[in-house]
Amino acid sequence: MTAELTSGSPLAPLLALRGVRKSFGEHLVLGGVDLEVAEHSCVVLIGASGSGKSTLLRAVDLLEDIDDGSIQLRGVDIADPWVDADAVRARLGMVFQAYNLFAHLRVLDNLTLAQRLVHKQGKDEAEAAAIEMLARVGLADKATAYPDQLSGGQAQRAAIARALVNEPELLLLDEVTSALDPELVGEVLDLLVGLREEGMTMLVATHEMGFARRVADQVCFLDGGRVLEAGTPEQVLEDPQQPRTREFLARLQV
Amino acid sequence: MVAEPNAVPDQRPWQPSEKALARTVYRARRRRRSFLVALASTVVVAGLAWWVLVSSPGWERTREAFFDPARFVEMLPALAGGLWLNLRVWVIAGLVSLVLGLLLAIARTTTAPALFPLRAAVVVFVDVFRGVPVLLVLLLVGFGLPALRLSWLPVQAAFLGTLALVLTYSAYLAEIFRAGIEAVHPAQVAAARALGLTRAQTTRRIVVPQAVRNVVPALLNIVVALQKDSGLISILGAVDAIRVAQISVTGDYNFTPYVAAGFLFLVVSIPLTRAVDAYNARRGWRGTRGVGGAIR
Repeated sequence: MTAELTSGSPLAPLLALRGVRKSFGEHLVLGGVDLEVAEHSCVVLIGASGSGKSTLLRAVDLLEDIDDGSIQLRGVDIADPWVDADAVRARLGMVFQAYNLFAHLRVLDNLTLAQRLVHKQGKDEAEAAAIEMLARVGLADKATAYPDQLSGGQAQRAAIARALVNEPELLLLDEVTSALDPELVGEVLDLLVGLREEGMTMLVATHEMGFARRVADQVCFLDGGRVLEAGTPEQVLEDPQQPRTREFLARLQV
Repeated sequence: MVAEPNAVPDQRPWQPSEKALARTVYRARRRRRSFLVALASTVVVAGLAWWVLVSSPGWERTREAFFDPARFVEMLPALAGGLWLNLRVWVIAGLVSLVLGLLLAIARTTTAPALFPLRAAVVVFVDVFRGVPVLLVLLLVGFGLPALRLSWLPVQAAFLGTLALVLTYSAYLAEIFRAGIEAVHPAQVAAARALGLTRAQTTRRIVVPQAVRNVVPALLNIVVALQKDSGLISILGAVDAIRVAQISVTGDYNFTPYVAAGFLFLVVSIPLTRAVDAYNARRGWRGTRGVGGAIR
């Protein structure tokens, strides 16, 4: 299975969703979503609360099983239950809205946990990489702090560092600025813009239209469990074709 | 770069694709395999345990003394009569302990200066009855209180035994309630006080309801434990299931009645435990399995 995981067509996009369908009981959240993320590109998902953005990201990270459709990572369908889900998740990075830092571990240990347990790095090696990553996100002086001693912006940067230190092939960001005070949003967004410039492949759910404009190669508007409109930020945000998209954007601009 | 946006919704009712069906078949096969593995491992472990038992040198004599089928059946009616006393003691001691435990916990959270003696008394009470073995509390209450010759105090063993269990168990339960009260988020209190509720109103209407909800699984565990500890009142001479068994054993030194009494306690406590588990699971109190679904 491991051999199969790393194979796949070199021409296939890094991530391709085809007809992804997911319901919770009677409630249909994803009603057949098609989506592609090319390597070194950034796709931004926008849409109202409950439009399925988070479920889509969780499905890609295999935190939710889908009812139908396929999720191809480099051409391999990772939604198949015979695929080793732990191995897939080890290749992806996920950042949550509420940070989800481990409260009982120091920031440094939050970063080295997967390095040591999953990627089998030695303690010294893992800590060196973690300290370097913390310096990169501007938290070099917080290595020995506990998560509850950080501000929201610091905590979210630490959470992003925790995902990045494992060198993910694809970074999934779920509303990473929604829990932050407005003056703290900037520090997190600047970090993401920097990542984008370095070529990190990202799939982002956000309510920050300014961020979508700055970094997205592709903006997808989710509505009623499907991708209603997709295109460049200019197309979707400046010149939306669908009435529902126009309505959604108009409400944001008030 | 992106597939054509699927702007026109597919109105046909959903039929699982062949891919989805294949996944379902695969998952069913995995479940069947898990079941067979569980079955095989159970058979092996149970078989080993049985073999260790029957191959022990004293097994023949032990079987005669502890597992005499005729004695077992013969004793059941008398033991069931004794168990009826255990069940009554359990229900009464359980209810009284729950109420008393909650009152003790609330008393401990009061802040009025005039109530300091109350708070101090609660701390001493809980420390003493949580720290002393149940057996000792039973002996002291069972033999100490009648020695006072208080005319209004009932001296039946069942009453004194119940009283001793209440003292010990209300101390346990008070600590659980207190943990629940302390786990209520301060923001809840702030919101209630912001609405103008007094401290006492906040405790009664906001803190206690949430505290109780937090600790229901722990409370039910203690109440189930009380069911079996109700058998301890036999040491005071109350004729419960254990005492009935003891009297019979003293006659002929066949220990089967003890095994039969244990069997009867299990008949009550196992369904009770399962009911508690089921209740907790339905309320989503079993962690991620209960609420979010398991992550594969």
